[in-house]
Amino acid sequence: MPNMIVCVKQIADPEAPAGSFKIDEAAKTMVPAQGVSQVVSPFDENAAEAALRIKDTQGGKITVISLGKDFVMDVIKKPLSMGADELILLQDPAFEGGDSHSTAYALAMAIKKVGEFDIVFCGRQAADWDAGQVGSGIAEILGIPSVTPAQKVDIADGKVTVERVITDGYEVVEGTAPMLITVSNELGEPRYPKLKGIMAAAKKEPIIWSAADIDADAAKCGAAGTKAKLMKLFVPVKEGKCELIEADSPEEAGVALALKLREARLI
Amino acid sequence: MADNKGVLICGELIDGKPAPSTLELLGGGRALADKLGEPLMLALLGSGLGDAAKEGIAYGADKVFTVDDALLKDYATDAYISVMQKIVQQVAPNILLMGTTPMGRDLAPRLAFKLETAVSMDCLELAIDDASKLMLATRAVFGGNARGVFLCEGTKPQMATVRSKAMDPREADASRTGEIAAIDAGLDASAVRTKVTNTVKEEVAGIKLEDAEVIIAGGRGIASAEGFKMLDPLAATLKAATGASRPPCDNGWVSPSIQIGLTGKIVGPALYIAVAVSGSSQHMAGCSGAKNIVAINKDPEANIFKEARFGVVGDFNKIIPAFTDKVKELVG
Ligand SMILES: Cc1cc2nc3c(=O)[nH]c(=O)nc-3n(C[C@H](O)[C@H](O)[C@H](O)COP(=O)(O)OP(=O)(O)OC[C@H]3O[C@@H](n4cnc5c(N)ncnc54)[C@H](O)[C@@H]3O)c2cc1C
Ligand SMILES: Nc1ncnc2c1ncn2[C@@H]1O[C@H](COP(=O)(O)O)[C@@H](O)[C@H]1O
Repeated sequence: MPNMIVCVKQIADPEAPAGSFKIDEAAKTMVPAQGVSQVVSPFDENAAEAALRIKDTQGGKITVISLGKDFVMDVIKKPLSMGADELILLQDPAFEGGDSHSTAYALAMAIKKVGEFDIVFCGRQAADWDAGQVGSGIAEILGIPSVTPAQKVDIADGKVTVERVITDGYEVVEGTAPMLITVSNELGEPRYPKLKGIMAAAKKEPIIWSAADIDADAAKCGAAGTKAKLMKLFVPVKEGKCELIEADSPEEAGVALALKLREARLI
Repeated sequence: MADNKGVLICGELIDGKPAPSTLELLGGGRALADKLGEPLMLALLGSGLGDAAKEGIAYGADKVFTVDDALLKDYATDAYISVMQKIVQQVAPNILLMGTTPMGRDLAPRLAFKLETAVSMDCLELAIDDASKLMLATRAVFGGNARGVFLCEGTKPQMATVRSKAMDPREADASRTGEIAAIDAGLDASAVRTKVTNTVKEEVAGIKLEDAEVIIAGGRGIASAEGFKMLDPLAATLKAATGASRPPCDNGWVSPSIQIGLTGKIVGPALYIAVAVSGSSQHMAGCSGAKNIVAINKDPEANIFKEARFGVVGDFNKIIPAFTDKVKELVG
């Protein structure tokens, strides 16, 4: 039965209204606005769903790993309530201030400690910094093949078949486990947790590992292990000069819009 | 490390010709190379490369490395990583660029980790810092709500992938001269651990979204596949391509290949008519290059009105038929 690992990141809801988005330019960080909730990064839910679909038909074990701080238990336990088996939280001041390199390194070390696995699933990109690197990075560090991004994943007798999303379609990629796969929304909606799953997840204690627990080299973790330097973070200015076409009825507004576009030589 | 020189582009071919993303990179890369006073180089990997190298020179490259091998016919992670690692070791470039394409998205991060250097993904702008002579890579972060400017300080090559349409190609100049050098792939088939067994591509009828001058885009508010049909007569009259935000694709009302946005297509038409689209940052990431955005939305507070030049607040079911008839009369 397949052993699967899913890497998930907790982030501020990326679909919160654009108007609520704030940053601190001096600190070069995003400032979570009032009322914006924490969520599992959406593609990571797709990754969990990919693993669960395999578990649905073949059984097996799903271990979820997340690196971060200020975890909201109800949020980070969501993959457990969907049906995953274990939750490992990588929590240590040494992991803070990292970039794609240090994050992938810590996750790869944790995966090594978990031991045997057939597939590691990641999201195609974390919906905060939209980097899209950590999955491939983990695969490179572990020295295993990777396929990115997937819309369908099957495994049979160690043979992995992936539909990889490409422009205007997909390609079928085959390989052998162990493998790392990143998952995209084309896979389909992640399942809603059922009450039974939520209750089981509530009782489940996450395993917490520090840098020392995973034998991580401090020089490669968190801020110490970064290779990219953020020089500046800013919000682009928008002109925001929309001319609203007003009329007595929607039909007349449609006509007025056509005339307006003609006048502006757009049609 | 201080000896790394030149801007190297990892090119892509479509039907034997340099892809639009590669021509754009040659245009943008040329400017970086000139600023640094270093050469612009192009690597072309494939099987049966023909005249593509010459075209690379016509579009701005000083030197083209060709790697022609049957194992490189289609993109395969292990094969391309291995060859690119070899080229980077041989050429020692200062900067290495790729397109934000299915290949670049897969190849760039894995190669960066192999080379133990940093890559900035999906950049909108690249510049050379006057003081340090290092590359400043500007990319959209937080779904397009913000921009981050990144620098790769300690390692080479400095890597980036660049968003489609973020850079302009130069005019082809067939009289430009340059050097073409063949490099042996040196690949061992057994080292390529994954294999593409089938490719399923949808043939796009009519005008391609990426090239369209007019786009009609429908959002979640269209509510059904039938709803999208209401946009067809308008699209036909304006010779427009039809696009969508993500929900209509996820819901199966339209093909996923017409998704516009951060993880969909990047478009830059003269006119973009967004119907029942709220204007999320992730959607706008794909269409903010449009010269004129027109919004039709029943919610006056919708973010799309902050991005649009013209807008109508109301129900598209009522507005679109009247709008279409009038457009037909004016255009026809
Ligand atoms: C990492 C990440 C990547 C993403 N990538 C993309 C991407 O590439 N492309 C993309 O589009 N999205 C993407 N999304 C999703 C994005 O965040 C939004 O959820 C999505 O764009 C919303 O689509 P929408 O505007 O059609 O739907 P909604 O936000 O639900 O808006 C529907 C709009 O329709 C209007 N409406 C409803 N009925 C009518 C009517 N009868 N007449 C007129 N107006 C009506 C409503 O007022 C509303 O404004 C991504 C999200 C994440 C987290
Ligand atoms: N802090 C983290 N904890 C767990 N998984 C992560 C973390 N950061 C990134 N990942 C995984 O790597 C994927 C790509 O992330 P990124 O490269 O940051 O866009 C995400 O979708 C997650 O699956």
